[in-house]
Amino acid sequence: MSAQDTIKTTIDTNDVVLFMKGTPVFPQCGFSSVVARVLDHLQVDFESVNVLEDDGIRQEIKEFSNWPTIPQLYIKGEFVGGCDIVKEMFETGELQAYLKDKGLIAAA
Amino acid sequence: MTGMQDRIAAKLRAALAPEQVNVIDDSHLHAGHAGARPGGESHFTVEIVSSRFTGLNRVARHRLVNEALAEELAGPVHALVIRAKAPDE
Repeated sequence: MSAQDTIKTTIDTNDVVLFMKGTPVFPQCGFSSVVARVLDHLQVDFESVNVLEDDGIRQEIKEFSNWPTIPQLYIKGEFVGGCDIVKEMFETGELQAYLKDKGLIAAA
Repeated sequence: MTGMQDRIAAKLRAALAPEQVNVIDDSHLHAGHAGARPGGESHFTVEIVSSRFTGLNRVARHRLVNEALAEELAGPVHALVIRAKAPDE
């Protein structure tokens, strides 16, 4: 399977996917760590892809999303953004509303 | 102002005609970790106010900034924090 196909399959078969450097438990980058911590805090089940383990995916995800940096968050197949956007959306409550709307966290 | 700071600011001015642009070099905060270069100039924050952002969502705004800085992001610039606002925000 090509890296593009792997990316497509991963975001098609998981509601929430975080492409990051390292893992949620051992993040290798502060920006990736912030997004993983936000998702953990909101108790969202998510699939993480460590781009440091696969150089093909690390390069292709940038093309795939038209986004030059890691981390990248996908929710229900849709590109949400990187660390700055996720952080802003969390601070304004938009992320929580979005996840509730998609049925991915319980309504308060 | 360092060379890269100037270059980033100049590229953003040319591409987005911002009313305000502020480029901060955060490299010293990341010294010694992966992606940090010995000479610094690897991690930046961009605060930018441009009427081009009016009506655009966050992803679209960031894409405009990223596109303006594609060359730098493909090379020495390892990380970019972006705060993009329209003039009335």
